[in-house]
Amino acid sequence: MQENILEIKNICKFYPGVRALDDVSLAFKTGEIHALAGENGAGKSTLIKMLTGAVEPTSGEIILNGQSYAKLDPFQAVKEGIAAVYQEFNLIPHLSVAENIFYGKEIMNGPFVDKKAMAQEVQKELDIMGISLDPMAYICDLGVAYQQLAEIVKAVMSHSQVLILDEPTAPLTSKETDVLFKIMRRLKENNVSIIFISHRMEELFEICDRVTVLRDGKFISTRNIADITRKGLIADMVGRPLGESYYERQKPLGDTILEVKGMNSRKVKDISFTVKKGEILGFGGLVGAGRTEVAQAIFGADKITSGEIYLRGKKVTIKDPVSALRHGIGLIPEDRKNQGVLLNLPINQNITFSSLKKVMRGPFIQKNKDLKVSENYIDELKIKTPSVAQLVKNLSGGNQQKVVLAKILATDCEVIIFDEPTRGIDVGAKQEIYSLMRKLADEQGKTIIMISSEMPELIGMSDRILVMHNGRIAGELQKDEFSQEAILSLASGITGG
Amino acid sequence: MKKKNGAVRFARVMGGYGMAFVLLILVVFFAIFANRFLKTSNIFNVLRQVSIVGIIAVGMTFIMLTGGIDLSCGSIAGFAGVGAAILMTQYSMNPVLAAILMCILGALLGIVNGVFISKLDVPPFIATLGMMVSIRGLAYIITGGLPVFGFDQSFTKLGQGYLGPIPIPVIIMAITFVLGAVFLAKTRAGRHIYGVGGNEEASRLSGVNVIKIKLLVYFVGGLTSALAGLVMLARTNSGQPNAGEGYEMDVITSVVLGGISMNGGQGRLGMVIIGVLIMGVLSNGMTMLGINEFVQKFIRGLVLIAAVALNNFIKTTNTKTISK
Repeated sequence: MQENILEIKNICKFYPGVRALDDVSLAFKTGEIHALAGENGAGKSTLIKMLTGAVEPTSGEIILNGQSYAKLDPFQAVKEGIAAVYQEFNLIPHLSVAENIFYGKEIMNGPFVDKKAMAQEVQKELDIMGISLDPMAYICDLGVAYQQLAEIVKAVMSHSQVLILDEPTAPLTSKETDVLFKIMRRLKENNVSIIFISHRMEELFEICDRVTVLRDGKFISTRNIADITRKGLIADMVGRPLGESYYERQKPLGDTILEVKGMNSRKVKDISFTVKKGEILGFGGLVGAGRTEVAQAIFGADKITSGEIYLRGKKVTIKDPVSALRHGIGLIPEDRKNQGVLLNLPINQNITFSSLKKVMRGPFIQKNKDLKVSENYIDELKIKTPSVAQLVKNLSGGNQQKVVLAKILATDCEVIIFDEPTRGIDVGAKQEIYSLMRKLADEQGKTIIMISSEMPELIGMSDRILVMHNGRIAGELQKDEFSQEAILSLASGITGG
Repeated sequence: MKKKNGAVRFARVMGGYGMAFVLLILVVFFAIFANRFLKTSNIFNVLRQVSIVGIIAVGMTFIMLTGGIDLSCGSIAGFAGVGAAILMTQYSMNPVLAAILMCILGALLGIVNGVFISKLDVPPFIATLGMMVSIRGLAYIITGGLPVFGFDQSFTKLGQGYLGPIPIPVIIMAITFVLGAVFLAKTRAGRHIYGVGGNEEASRLSGVNVIKIKLLVYFVGGLTSALAGLVMLARTNSGQPNAGEGYEMDVITSVVLGGISMNGGQGRLGMVIIGVLIMGVLSNGMTMLGINEFVQKFIRGLVLIAAVALNNFIKTTNTKTISK
């Protein structure tokens, strides 16, 4: 048996303007649990997608079972025994657990699918693993945790040699996580190699043998878990000089504009904070910590179960986005394409979409005024487009984001919530967005709440940072306390509430 | 490669004014093979024949622009017709009053559609399918299944009269189209209709009251259906409880031919008139050529499918060239 079942050598993956993976080499031993660690955007998911054949490497070599490949296609990957469980599920909701597991390779009895036989097979495996789950249960009737377990059982039953688990514990309770770890240890005894990704630091130390750190698409280190401390691992993950330049605040902060008191919703608990005029308040935390939910709740897009919102000291009731905008609170949502822009409408109709009253005379929209307002914003925000009538779907991501920003600015909002303002935007456009945000705060006295998963951006842009963990605010950091370590340890629940 | 370019160019042209081109081909075809086709009287005849479908198509366009559909339009038209007929004959109501009353009732039925769809989240297809059956049932209930006739001549003018050389139904259709087009292009709610169809979530987050917009479009749908039903009643001079049956098919075909996307958010009302005319010319021309009703039905169904296939072809080809 080879020592390394899977090896990658000098792998590169370039996208236009982005080096997702830059000359990465690492090896996975037979029968080890190997963690991949790194921030969002470090290159973990690109690497995984390469191993499952979803992404083609630009250059480099993948050595699997001693055989070299320039790339894997999804069919090959499955055949060679690579199975993956992703964060998003790939199960069919209206089939049973057993039918899902045998999907595409059903046990047949003559012309009919033999549901009983499949269920028995699955039951056998479940018994060995010690999972109490009905193989005949429909996926749609199961909770997220059990769906996740079903997904894992499916991967295990495909008799793979390499099992990739991408954040498998995120939906699991600690008891279910223990079950998962038991399965993982048993697989390891059977010489299956497991590639494990988790944002929960303590899990890496509990279950893994080795950990490889990626940062900005580059290989940083592979170490035995026994030889490294948490602090050392975090330092490896974040220890990067800031690549971008940010803009310092030029003016002193004004009075408190927005105050949120004891806000609860389905997904967030006990949120209280204030923001001042001209301030950029950062919201840090892991994906799923509840930051977007806070934004949606303040904006009236999600229901608040209790709590109060004050604008300039006056209590306001925000029941939907209509009233949020009327009160001068605007949201630039995280999912630009699905929540921000209207792709099939021209730029001008997007920009004035929320503020049509201003370009109307009587009941009618005045076309000239409409175009002029849009052209002003195109100039002001430097939106690159051949014409104001261009369909938004033909613009680049950065320019689309500027269109969304223009739409919010056109409503004369005082408080603007940016949810992941630079996601999927190239470096140059990022800079422009940063400088625009700073200008809005300094020159126009706008108040900005910025949710960001990018550490350098969060630290560089914010005047103050609130870090969320598990639906609560875990801590507040002032400018002189900013550090990636401080944010990460609050975000992962190591420190703070 | 050359063929591909051809397809791309074809799609570009079709994406703009292609359906007008199709209409032109049909007109030329029938002009050659049916010699009375191009006579002025026949042209007005075609226009009068399409006016009922045309009026409903305006409301249907509003609805389909939001990504919805209204299968109940023919039933609402039939119900409005027999309703007005009963009011005028059995209750000797003033024709104008009866017409206004039935328009209001039709609009209310549209709002009922809208409530099911926007408030109770019933898919538009199902909600209006149910309403289609139920409202038709109502029409049978109030008439006892029997035709109602014997109205004032002033009323039948609505369907049979002329203003100069132009049939009154055509004028009503034209006014409906102009009002609809101005509303869609010029008003805030018009923009929001396109927005809701293009991206409901983005619209909601942009401060659009999505529920209100949906209620509005189904309201317009009910109103235009009722109006068309009254014109139909005046034209046939008798209130038939089964009037307008199957009209939803012709209306939807016309609207789709007019380039309104089934997914919503795309298309112009101005082009829908072309779709309406294609259906009208096809049916008038085929009749002139002596093609019987059954064969016509067969062909009309295929036209709907061809229209949607063409629509999708244009879309995918144009998107592909853009993403390159």
